Amino acid sequence: MTSSTEPDKAQPLSAEQLSATTLLRFATAGSVDDGKSTLVGRLLHDSKSVLTDQLEAVERVSLGRGQETPDLALLTDGLRAEREQGITIDVAYRYFATPQRRFILADTPGHVQYTRNMVTGASTADLAVVLVDARNGVIEQTRRHAAVAALLRVPHVVLAVNKMDLVAYEETVFAKIAEEFTAYASELGVPEITAIPISALAGDNVVEPSSNMDWYGGPTVLEHLETVPVSHDLTSCHARLPVQYVIRPQTAEHPDYRGYAGQIAAGTFRVGESVTVLPSGKTSKIAGIDLLGKQVDVAWTPQSVTLLLESDIDIARGDLIVPSGDQPPTSQDITATVCHVADTALAVGQRVLLKHTTRTVKAIVKEIPSRLTLDDLSQHPAPGELVANDIGRVVIRTAEPIAVDSYAASRRTGSFLLIDPADGTTLAAGMAGDAFATTSEAAEEPKPAADDEGWDF
Amino acid sequence: MTTTVATVSEGTDSPYALSHLEALESEAVHIFREVAGEFERPVILFSGGKDSILMLHLALKAFAPAAIPFSLLHVDTGHNFPEVLEYRDRVVAEHGLRLHVASVQEYIDAGKLRERPDGTRNPLQTVPLTEKIQREKFDAVFGGGRRDEEKARAKERVFSLRDEFSQWDPRRQRPELWQLYNGRHAPGEHVRVFPLSNWTELDVWQYIAREGIELPEIYFAHERDVFRRSGMWLTAGEWGGPKDDETVEKRLVRYRTVGDMSCTGAVDSDATTLDAVITEIAASRLTERGATRADDKMSEAAMEDRKREGYF
Repeated sequence: MTSSTEPDKAQPLSAEQLSATTLLRFATAGSVDDGKSTLVGRLLHDSKSVLTDQLEAVERVSLGRGQETPDLALLTDGLRAEREQGITIDVAYRYFATPQRRFILADTPGHVQYTRNMVTGASTADLAVVLVDARNGVIEQTRRHAAVAALLRVPHVVLAVNKMDLVAYEETVFAKIAEEFTAYASELGVPEITAIPISALAGDNVVEPSSNMDWYGGPTVLEHLETVPVSHDLTSCHARLPVQYVIRPQTAEHPDYRGYAGQIAAGTFRVGESVTVLPSGKTSKIAGIDLLGKQVDVAWTPQSVTLLLESDIDIARGDLIVPSGDQPPTSQDITATVCHVADTALAVGQRVLLKHTTRTVKAIVKEIPSRLTLDDLSQHPAPGELVANDIGRVVIRTAEPIAVDSYAASRRTGSFLLIDPADGTTLAAGMAGDAFATTSEAAEEPKPAADDEGWDF
Repeated sequence: MTTTVATVSEGTDSPYALSHLEALESEAVHIFREVAGEFERPVILFSGGKDSILMLHLALKAFAPAAIPFSLLHVDTGHNFPEVLEYRDRVVAEHGLRLHVASVQEYIDAGKLRERPDGTRNPLQTVPLTEKIQREKFDAVFGGGRRDEEKARAKERVFSLRDEFSQWDPRRQRPELWQLYNGRHAPGEHVRVFPLSNWTELDVWQYIAREGIELPEIYFAHERDVFRRSGMWLTAGEWGGPKDDETVEKRLVRYRTVGDMSCTGAVDSDATTLDAVITEIAASRLTERGATRADDKMSEAAMEDRKREGYF
């Protein structure tokens, strides 16, 4: 089942080849029943990323349990509690590489009570793989996964229609599921959807093209992962640099050096540009950019840099450096969608800490206008509190003004955490502004749950 | 069906692409700077092994031209390779760093720890480490752990909360979203921070080559007197080997990982340069620890249990 274009992944790569690869962070969503662990295991196994001793360990355990073939799912189970119960209780990170690219996979459990894990995995992902069982098609859980990917603004979504071997590799079965999913996800504003028919168990279209599905002309899952664009044109993005740390050597060699260190959260910065520092509103010009020991004229996200400014203005950790004339609104009132990730509830009136970029401020939950059911996107007005794995709208009042972009415009400067001031627990993951790309802030009124238009909130 | 493969160095289709090494470097620097901004007394666990050397290199880059705002902590098992200790002391002197040492030998001499029958001291590091953290009131402790090393580590956070006994409770770990690391902790608790979480062994070596970082010589092929135990080549020495039924032979070997002499094995290798090491690793069919660390082989849940107790 090999094709002539398939590079032999067992060949050692030259040092030059190895350093010329890009990095793709992606997340998987789907349940054990959909064959997610098998898909992940196969990606690792067929891309020759599973090494001899790991495979031996899996074979040993599989044999011990009386299984005849190695259970690839075992490659991705980490903690004893999970092995004993045969479940996955947390996000696990997996690493593999091909000659084209290095991959970081956030492997997230697909059970209903683990919404927070998928939200966690999707928060840093450039791409999400949503798995469905070809025999069941698009089910509630599939819609939930599509909604999380849309909510977290994951740029690329792959629908992997698995177990095609159990539906006789029928094109019509695949086409119907792909059409239904694409319509649903597009409506939620997912910008790019690729549907691929696979059998993770047999290996069809995961790494190797399938000879059982000649009717499919697209890429395999791995080929798509290798070629999907990971960087895009940043010139249209709002440039943002949250200041992490002020570097002041105060040595004989560098008596007056003041550098503002941080990781560019969005867009590009150039030497000579006028910048404004928020929340103070003071302005200056970029005198120099230090890219980890290299002087550069331009730098972009996600590079970690140190900015040097022409004038000596008071800047501290927690400030945001932006191009003059391209400033986010500064406000003490934030309306956002949150995913509640803690075991204790989040209630109206609760005092919290809000961590946004490099700044943490006191805040209070003023309102919880609605809770959202991800299965059908129906809304429940004024729930009073949110519990673990709930997704809801919140209105927050902060003790100090903060400069927040909408999450739609910038995932890094539009996201925040709510933290319990008492013990430091992370309570909720927040996304400022509208929930979905297709919604408008005006439609903030509850809809009846049975209404198909219910997602409009 | 074919896929087109971009062979442009450092990138893809956009002038704003980063190579995977640049992306990992930027992420690690961001983590170091976050800790500097949010903690009072951070310390870097420094063993003189390649991962801690890499951490130190990244930290120096993160704060240049200023000094790094952290001190170093070495948990000394008493069974160190002399080459590694020498390297440690040289680096500390070169950068004017402050080094703290927690000594397993001192604990054994004082009767607070008992030598294990197998002579391995790796598991004995936990108590001296945690007591040192308590005494010095370190609130952030950088470790070189990577998620690709072992199954229990695949779920580790970048910021990993530990209670006052340094214990790791997988159910108390906070979800980690975007690049927002939550390091809040009660007095007496601390946070273990893993800036190399997303690196693989190959990434580490490639980056060392790219940056021209000097390593202790035992990482490269050399002639050494070794003997076979539990399927590994161990260095003969006063720590407890060879025993009567073990025979010493001279072999051409190198170390993939450097730890306690009693449980760190060498591999047969003729790789004398970084490029040769990278080629060997890229072609290798054994994970780093599986090949060379006895302590990870103990049981399927060994690492999970030790992490719970406060091991790094």
